Amino acid sequence: MLKLPIYLDYSATTPVDPRVATKMIPYLVEKFGNPASRSHSFGWEAEAAVEEAREEVARLVNADPKEIVWTSGATESNNLAIKGAAQFYAGKGKHVVTVTTEHKAVLDTCRELERQGFEVSYLDVQNNGLLDLEVFKAALRPDTIVVSVMLVNNEIGVIQPIAEIGEICRARGIIFHVDAAQATGKVEIDLAALKVDLMSFCAHKTYGPKGIGALYVRRKPRVRLTAQMHGGGHERGFRSGTLATHQIVGMGEAFRLARLEMGAEKERIRMLRDRLLKGLSDIDQVFVNGDLEQRVPHNLNISFAYVEGESLLMAIKDLAVSSGSACTSASLEPSYVLRALGREDELAHSSIRFTLGRFTTEEEIDYAIKLLHDKIGRLRELSPLWEMVQEGVDLSTVQWAAH
Amino acid sequence: MFAPVYLDHNASTPADPAVVEAMLPYLALQFGNASSRHEYGRAARRAIDEARGQVAAAVGAHASEVVFTSGGSEANNLLIKGAAGRLKPGLLAVSAIEHPCVIRPAEQLCKHGWTLARLAVDADGRIDAENFEAVMSARPKIVSVMLANNETGVLQDVESLAERGRSVGAWFHTDAVQAIGRLPVDFRRLNTAGVHALTLSAHKIGGPKGAAALVLDKRLDLEPLIAGGGHERGLRSGTENVAAIVGFGVACELAVQRRDALAQHVLKLRQQVECGLLGLGAVLFGQGPERLPNTVYFAIPEIDGETLVGYLDRAGYAVASGAACSSANPEPSHVLRAMGVAPDLARGAVRISFGRGNTEEQVAAFLGSLQAMVTRLQRLTAMAV
Amino acid sequence: MAYSIKVLDHYENPRNVGSFGKEEEGIATGMVGAPACGDVMKLQIKVGKGGVIEDAKFKTYGCGSAIASSSLVTEWVKGRTIDQALDIKNTQIAEELALPPVKIHCSILAEDAIKAAVADYRKKHGEQVSA
Repeated sequence: MLKLPIYLDYSATTPVDPRVATKMIPYLVEKFGNPASRSHSFGWEAEAAVEEAREEVARLVNADPKEIVWTSGATESNNLAIKGAAQFYAGKGKHVVTVTTEHKAVLDTCRELERQGFEVSYLDVQNNGLLDLEVFKAALRPDTIVVSVMLVNNEIGVIQPIAEIGEICRARGIIFHVDAAQATGKVEIDLAALKVDLMSFCAHKTYGPKGIGALYVRRKPRVRLTAQMHGGGHERGFRSGTLATHQIVGMGEAFRLARLEMGAEKERIRMLRDRLLKGLSDIDQVFVNGDLEQRVPHNLNISFAYVEGESLLMAIKDLAVSSGSACTSASLEPSYVLRALGREDELAHSSIRFTLGRFTTEEEIDYAIKLLHDKIGRLRELSPLWEMVQEGVDLSTVQWAAH
Repeated sequence: MFAPVYLDHNASTPADPAVVEAMLPYLALQFGNASSRHEYGRAARRAIDEARGQVAAAVGAHASEVVFTSGGSEANNLLIKGAAGRLKPGLLAVSAIEHPCVIRPAEQLCKHGWTLARLAVDADGRIDAENFEAVMSARPKIVSVMLANNETGVLQDVESLAERGRSVGAWFHTDAVQAIGRLPVDFRRLNTAGVHALTLSAHKIGGPKGAAALVLDKRLDLEPLIAGGGHERGLRSGTENVAAIVGFGVACELAVQRRDALAQHVLKLRQQVECGLLGLGAVLFGQGPERLPNTVYFAIPEIDGETLVGYLDRAGYAVASGAACSSANPEPSHVLRAMGVAPDLARGAVRISFGRGNTEEQVAAFLGSLQAMVTRLQRLTAMAV
Repeated sequence: MAYSIKVLDHYENPRNVGSFGKEEEGIATGMVGAPACGDVMKLQIKVGKGGVIEDAKFKTYGCGSAIASSSLVTEWVKGRTIDQALDIKNTQIAEELALPPVKIHCSILAEDAIKAAVADYRKKHGEQVSA
């Protein structure tokens, strides 16, 4: 029996792997010490667990454990990295470069830097969602101090060329930050090889708990940051606050499992994704958003033309997915990421993000395919636009009575 | 192996079984992102809403006044820096005995044009009235005074301090992480007196680490510390830590239900241990004024605190020397320094903080062990001299 | 987004979906909205003797509330004269479907669709049947 709704929103968050939860629980109950307590075994035991987890996080990305700073999540990591680096190196320049398709945690942080007197360039991407390296190089200036580019996009799953960007930044002495929240367990990350200075991680996109993340801060060459949270001087002064041991243990275990199982899991998910894509591609007028090659297999973002997004979500409520529009306010706001690809608003509205994960089954994919066939057909029967297109009307020539 | 006796509840507390039970479903099953629009997301949102109500109820606040953060340190940073971000630089006053996560951000503001006044305390650890009055007459814009001190447990009369703060138009904050669950905390009443914000933390009251709250008068406009997505009314972005928030809600509910019984229980233990300590020639810090029923802060003259807690740990008793966060720091406690305690005596400081699971038998055994240790250490000291 | 039971009913079982044949008598069409705004409604009425609307059909590209609003008006206009059809106000639609404030525009669009269909009918048939 299928459990409905079927969860195909692994990029929003993932369940905590039961093996991870099992490791976490003792640190809530019997091993509950404050890792900062230096005067008794409760504290030492917690501290040892925190350090073991730090090693696991470092191992997944081939870094030194001393380069890992705990935070409350990727949003905080992004804030600490971008604000911390910009503020620390402000004496060298005040120009920051990022990309329009970054996560809000990066974009909103950059907006705040602008209020603090920094100048930020937001680079457009190509129609496939990827950053053009020539456009990137042209945007750099002598006063550029920080560049922030994500590794894997949260909406369309495309993988940005961070190795190349890193080389360019290092050659010019620019601090390079990478938001890797969507990347861990999905792509190999080798920080010994990559010229990345700062990298944000979180646990809850990789089968760990919410409320915990980390920031990689390179030691060689050493990267400095202005701390954003002050207090007891935890995390070598980078980030004060009591460490949430059970969550840290959970992130460590989640990243350990990711390291061990990533290879096989990726192939299994690629097969499921291909099955889904094949199953949907015989529906008329469907478009994949974002490059299909430079992309993690976990993500499939598709626009179904002539079907309105919100009614589509209503029709497929047996699937827990994300849509291309953020319907938080009165007006449907099409996703800024899809807009950046040059998709018209209608196609952005009618897009669905399917993200597959560790617990996705073939049966679930088949159910989704069948459901979409039925519902897209039904909604198009209801759609005056579809009718016009079938009659050969070119919609772009129609004079709409603007509402 | 025998289980050591935990006497350090001001550093952290074990999560209550009911709290853990409430949290578990939100890890592997109800794991949705509260921002998602599908049923997984809506279930997470409902859980957060319920917890917000529970936290608010515990301090007599409205649910819409609760801003969840990742910890007490973050909540204190958010208030201090967030308020400063919305005001023209001026005078900022925090008590000299605040936790570092209030003092450090306040010090940071000095780089941005603010002037910091450290409110003095008397020998008992209470805000010095004369000094307070002098600072208030200089019209500080932000004032932060904790309800109960984490080291001494000494309480401040925050209500009347805030009234004075209000008369000069200050934004008044109080760190209540040690107070909640141990004595009544009523945000509405404090708010009426002139308190605009109050910090709470889950892991001090049988909740999980990783969840805390700033209870905030909505007339206060704060600049967020963490941007990106606009969660928590734009004051704190980032995917909500649903499980920990759920645990925090339950912990708050239990803390209020059990408060009086707990206070009675730990007060008895405190009296028992204090009798014993005085018999050993200990000096009790902050003994005079009203203080938390669970906290005893003492030193035995001529005996080093670090050494003593080391011995106690080996004997199976977990206590603290100075505050947990600054334990790595060999400097004597800034709280005792502010109280004018001589550095030699301050270096002997040991804190015992009781919790629900402690018993009279444990205290009796503890005192027995301590007596033996003290005798031995005093003999060693005598030989060294 | 929480939908009312009535919206869900119309959305799951929309009434009078479709289009009339081009050659049928007494057909008028109102098309309102724009794809870029996320809503397009097409309302068709079939007007008989004495200006009475005998039948109505719709197609809607839009959210559940837009679909429900147009489905509802096809039921409401039937049996009315075209003048009576113009009495249907968006507030009545919104009330019947318990639309939340953010969805009021769907009911306005449905009212506009009626007006557009009636205008189309009058344009095609002059004033002769206006009762």
